[in-house]
Amino acid sequence: MAELLRTRALAFGYDRRALTEPIDLALHPGEIVVVLGPNGAGKSTLFRTLLGSVAALSGTVFWGGCALAELAPRELAARVAWVPQQPGAAFDFCVEHYVMLGRLGRLAAGAAPGRGDREAVSRAIDRLGLGRFRGRPLSKMSGGERQLAAIARALAQQASTLLLDEPTASLDFGNQGRVLDTLRSLAADGLGIAYATHDPNHALRAGTHALVYLPDGAIAFAPVGELIEPELLTRVYGARVEAARTADGRTVFTLADATLAHRAGSPRADAGPRQAGEG
Amino acid sequence: MRRRFSPGTDSVRYVDAAGPSRGAESLAWPWVVGALAIALVALALYALGSGRFHLPLGEVLRMLAGAQDVPPAAETVLWQIRGPRVLAVIVVGAALAASGAALQSVFRNPLAAPDLLGVSAGAALGAVLGIFLGWSAIVIQASAFAGGLAAVALVYAVGTVLPLRDRTLSLVLAGIAIGSMLGALIALVKTLADPYAQLPAITFWLLGSFASITAVDVALLALLAALGLVPLVLMRWRADALALSDDEVHALGLRLPALRLALVCGATLATSATVAAAGVIGWIGLVVPHAARLMVGASFARTLPVSMLLGALLMLLIDTLGRSIGQSEVPPGVLTALVGAPVLFALMLRRADG
Repeated sequence: MAELLRTRALAFGYDRRALTEPIDLALHPGEIVVVLGPNGAGKSTLFRTLLGSVAALSGTVFWGGCALAELAPRELAARVAWVPQQPGAAFDFCVEHYVMLGRLGRLAAGAAPGRGDREAVSRAIDRLGLGRFRGRPLSKMSGGERQLAAIARALAQQASTLLLDEPTASLDFGNQGRVLDTLRSLAADGLGIAYATHDPNHALRAGTHALVYLPDGAIAFAPVGELIEPELLTRVYGARVEAARTADGRTVFTLADATLAHRAGSPRADAGPRQAGEG
Repeated sequence: MRRRFSPGTDSVRYVDAAGPSRGAESLAWPWVVGALAIALVALALYALGSGRFHLPLGEVLRMLAGAQDVPPAAETVLWQIRGPRVLAVIVVGAALAASGAALQSVFRNPLAAPDLLGVSAGAALGAVLGIFLGWSAIVIQASAFAGGLAAVALVYAVGTVLPLRDRTLSLVLAGIAIGSMLGALIALVKTLADPYAQLPAITFWLLGSFASITAVDVALLALLAALGLVPLVLMRWRADALALSDDEVHALGLRLPALRLALVCGATLATSATVAAAGVIGWIGLVVPHAARLMVGASFARTLPVSMLLGALLMLLIDTLGRSIGQSEVPPGVLTALVGAPVLFALMLRRADG
């Protein structure tokens, strides 16, 4: 299976201070890497480093076997598309035009989008079920619809990997599920996907691998089934996480009720908040 | 307007996958361009005929078609006076509106405009210095461009250094600060200028005037403005990527600094050419792109030509009005401000409505 993304001993951060230990991760077609970690741990910084917006402190990022530093912007754009946390635009484009922005890196200077570009935009819009919203201005869309439009823009770019920074962050319950199911079906089509989230349940619903920021800058990267369990999550978030089972046998994670824990006299893992503050 | 067509768009969705992309918005778009172009031609014909020396429409048309059997006075009025003037007005209006549209894209801010970012003030200082030192017209043009470019570079540098998170705000603040500094320098040149020979020229010119434009001025103006418009036309699609965050532009595969530089230089060159030819004319660059976006949506590839047509039309309307309402001509800068401010206000109100 062709490798879409690999990092070798990648250290990242600002002002020459690494946020975590060096990372070795790999992404293949059909895989979804879920990035989990406390606030401020550096999930966005990792993405920005993978995209080359921030220089790596050391180590190398390979996109499709090529070192990031050797890729022209246009070559990088053919390999990876980026969906920011709260997609929007300074001007109130309609959905169709917003999705068309994904094609700009492919156009020659001065050239107008051609038939192929319009078809790619059309397919991306239909793929995400936004057909009804083609002509609608972004300002008249809900947060969930706008997130889907941003994913459509990334699809129109026709890159082999999608990176998404907390795509579910500002969405209601139903829209979170819709976005996750969309990511899962895109991975089933053969895309590689990596996304950050604050909800470990998302890893179980739409994730093949997890990259987890542990306390003290440690990193864990493994298949979801081997990694995501309550003890680890308790260490990550500094709050006790419990697992429960739904009637149809799925595992869900939930926070232990702190007041109940106090009443039972069991001490909490109080190191957590302090560590989050340091990160 | 756009949304009213959306049910129709839906019903054709299944017929042709590529079809709906030419739906709602583009239906209105050729009509807008056509209507504006016809209005511009009609107004230009009227402007060529109107004035103290009236030329009937038929005569104007015959002369434009190349007729020789017309009174020499009419020939002089059309080809030496009104022709260059109308052409200059059209070019200035189009260039200012195009520059405004481009700068609004670059600075991700619908309130950006050549006058707000110090471009006009810098170009004005360059040109005022040129008048003060008695330079020739072409050197004044060059000095205006240098002044405009230096001003916007300074605004950009100061805006980048300012430790504010909001880069648009820091740029606009830098523009205001440097604009007022340039204003002070212009005032200084004015106090140093000869109060009888130079000062009236500078003062009158700062308000903007098309009264003394010659055919040579127009040729130079049109050439420089066209040169400035080249990068804008080439980048008409990519400019829209600037509405996204820096990281997104980069991830789309575009070179952000080159894109910004091309648009800023083009807009500055076009603006400086207008300032050197006709003085500082505010508001067109701010108001017209707004109106264009309301008419055809936010896509720069559409707002650029619509802004140019609308800017030319508005400028021509203002100039024709300015030279016919009073005993002496009302400077265009006065009328653009009087018309522009309420129009902007009305646009903002409409936008707030939804």
